[in-house]
Amino acid sequence: MKLLTPDRLRLLVPALSLAVLLGAVFWLQPRTMSYTGLNLLFNLAVPIALATIAQMFVMMVNDLDLSMGTFVSFVACITATWVQSDPLLGYGALALCIAAYSAIGVVIYVRQLPAIVVTLGMSFVWGGLAVLLLPAPGGSAPDWIRAMMTAKPPFVPMAIVASVLIAAVTHWLVMRSSLGVLLRGVGGNEKTVRRAGWSVLRARAIAYALAGVFAVLAGMTLVGLTTSADANIALRYTLLSIAGVILGGGEFIGGRVSPIGAVIGALTLTLAASFLSFLKISPDWQIGAQGMILIIVLAVRLALNRREQRGARP
Amino acid sequence: MTATTTNPVISVNGATKSFGAVRALAGVDFTVHPGECVGLVGHNGAGKSTLVSILNGGLTPDEGTIALNGQPAVRYSIAQARATGLRCVFQELSLCPNLTVTENTRVAHRGLRGFGWRRRARALIRNKLDDIFPGHGIDVNQAIASFTIAERQMVEIATAFTDAGTGLSLVILDEPTSSLDAGLASQLLAYIGRFTAAGGAIVLISHILGEILSASTRIVVMKDGKVVADRPATGFTIDSLVGAMGSVVRTREGRGAASAATGTPVLSRPARGQAGRAFRVFPGELVGLAGLGGHGQTDMLVDLYMGETNAWLPRRAAAVAFVAGDRAEDGNFPLWSILRNMTLTLLPQLTRLGLVDGTRESQIATDWRQRIEVRTKDMSNPILSLSGGNQQKVLFARALASNAAVVLMDDPMRGVDIGTKQEVYAMLRAEAQKGRTFVWYSTEMDEVCQCDRVYVFREGAIVAELAGAGITEDSILAASFAEAAA
Repeated sequence: MKLLTPDRLRLLVPALSLAVLLGAVFWLQPRTMSYTGLNLLFNLAVPIALATIAQMFVMMVNDLDLSMGTFVSFVACITATWVQSDPLLGYGALALCIAAYSAIGVVIYVRQLPAIVVTLGMSFVWGGLAVLLLPAPGGSAPDWIRAMMTAKPPFVPMAIVASVLIAAVTHWLVMRSSLGVLLRGVGGNEKTVRRAGWSVLRARAIAYALAGVFAVLAGMTLVGLTTSADANIALRYTLLSIAGVILGGGEFIGGRVSPIGAVIGALTLTLAASFLSFLKISPDWQIGAQGMILIIVLAVRLALNRREQRGARP
Repeated sequence: MTATTTNPVISVNGATKSFGAVRALAGVDFTVHPGECVGLVGHNGAGKSTLVSILNGGLTPDEGTIALNGQPAVRYSIAQARATGLRCVFQELSLCPNLTVTENTRVAHRGLRGFGWRRRARALIRNKLDDIFPGHGIDVNQAIASFTIAERQMVEIATAFTDAGTGLSLVILDEPTSSLDAGLASQLLAYIGRFTAAGGAIVLISHILGEILSASTRIVVMKDGKVVADRPATGFTIDSLVGAMGSVVRTREGRGAASAATGTPVLSRPARGQAGRAFRVFPGELVGLAGLGGHGQTDMLVDLYMGETNAWLPRRAAAVAFVAGDRAEDGNFPLWSILRNMTLTLLPQLTRLGLVDGTRESQIATDWRQRIEVRTKDMSNPILSLSGGNQQKVLFARALASNAAVVLMDDPMRGVDIGTKQEVYAMLRAEAQKGRTFVWYSTEMDEVCQCDRVYVFREGAIVAELAGAGITEDSILAASFAEAAA
């Protein structure tokens, strides 16, 4: 067995870029090299990592979800209001949200619609619902979520524990379980899966439902960190989640995804923002600089992919 | 076949299937018994693929019944076929490239789940690969994307023969050896022998007749959607098999006097492969590309087209024009009018100061509408308002209206009715008379027989060149099917 398989190589790039960025941040600001420092660096990465995983489930079946940001915002609004005031209504609404996600997946497949168009439309629906529910920023986080997000486990900060946990659970679900294989198979070659006697409809419904579950978790943890919500709280998550999946070694089509990579990608994106702040780059330039980091990492990966392809066809 | 005591694994009775105007199956009876290897042969469009799709539950026949193990099947589906132990290896490779060999085995089997599925799947596929292709050297933990075509085909075959507890009664192999070398192919044929000896059944489709004759116990020959011969393999020779695939002799309506293939060729390509022949086209010729589908004809056309055009700087006058076969995919602009679709290649000549000269455009369109008789009241109607045959005529007009000296045609008459075909044949002959050159890939015999000269393709190379009276169905069939593995 080869030590450096293409799959491992794929994971190496995001892991190395995270390590390089982390090293640079430690060098610029040695005080971050502590329990509190690390927690502060990666705190906001937890909801982003969850949203990235959600996006990954959609990209795994060759679709793209442009409603991720507004959906997470809407979930945050529900969590900060209904879950607090009327738990039954709140959790019921969250369950309905997941069912809606699954239904969107079914509609996209049955009607053969482009996922981008449907989810773009849905993003306005979620955004509108969020504004109806919470016209002005406010609400408060349910106590148990707040407690969970501010917990201080010994030795390792919560943000790191949560990231490792998310990566481990989704790696098992997507890469190791027999269901995950089937879902990735749908992305790889839908026809094969159908010819083997499976229901592609069911598989896609499951993939979208899983995306819904992780997006709901993203919204809830976000409220746990911010303690209140706003209808526009997570708008940037749409692009961040897509960038995270790609950064982590995933691809737009072909069912090639990596949950560990996606979590690392989300951490890298969060860290890139801090890194740029430590460099004292003005916020006006930060988004552009973040884009540059993305381009550099993707260029490295492209170069590696080329080499891999040349190796496959002697 | 003599009466067998056991029930047939599957039997199809009186199956018919039509796709629009095309009748793919015209009443087929097909039966497979345990322990048999049935060779299925026929030329393009004979109905082999449709029959296979009906056997594996992918298509429902318009008429006719299907029985499994002697019991009539109701609402026969892919899932039911698999539950009965029927597997299929398709001509185009169908594995998930992003998954490993083990994971692809899992996709193929419902039973492989729960704790330890990966270990079971790995053992299953590894043993089967060792069994069929000893010394294969395939790492089952690698993703399919990193394998060569031959290795992928080996994996696909081995996956079809694995049994995860549901039983395995019949495996359909559609061109299983097309990417395997002679050594691997003989390993597979040996395994087929062992499999049938143990009571399994095989349906084998191959263009290598030697393979069919040596591996099969019975051979079914199809033609024009019907079974035309069904006898034990010992009753066939390569010649009689080719004879059975051919038909009653049709009167050839060629141009009679084949133009002399002399002078400087307009287009040429050197020979490929060991037994390959060079490709040359002379002005005013109608050259056919024949052979079984997917053996390099379309690649040749695309190569010829790319060689004469420039992707960056379009020339003012195109040297070659291309008529696509798949109208919906490569030909039409579905939202545009008939007029716009027709004048597309002419736009550079119709353009003045960056604007299209609308009067001249509609003039040309009206002119061509009369010449090719597009059946429409108004050329500004959407292209999709036309029937398939008329849409194709518009695409022909698009190519013919340009001043391109060479027209390349990629099986353009798919799904076109016979009347339109005759009109187009006449049009082509008239244009060729005027000195225009045509390169025509067709999967249909009577179209190929319209040509002055025919190149027969097999496995990406030209294996035969036929001219004038030498263009017969028999000679084309004989060249399309190899006698033995290369």
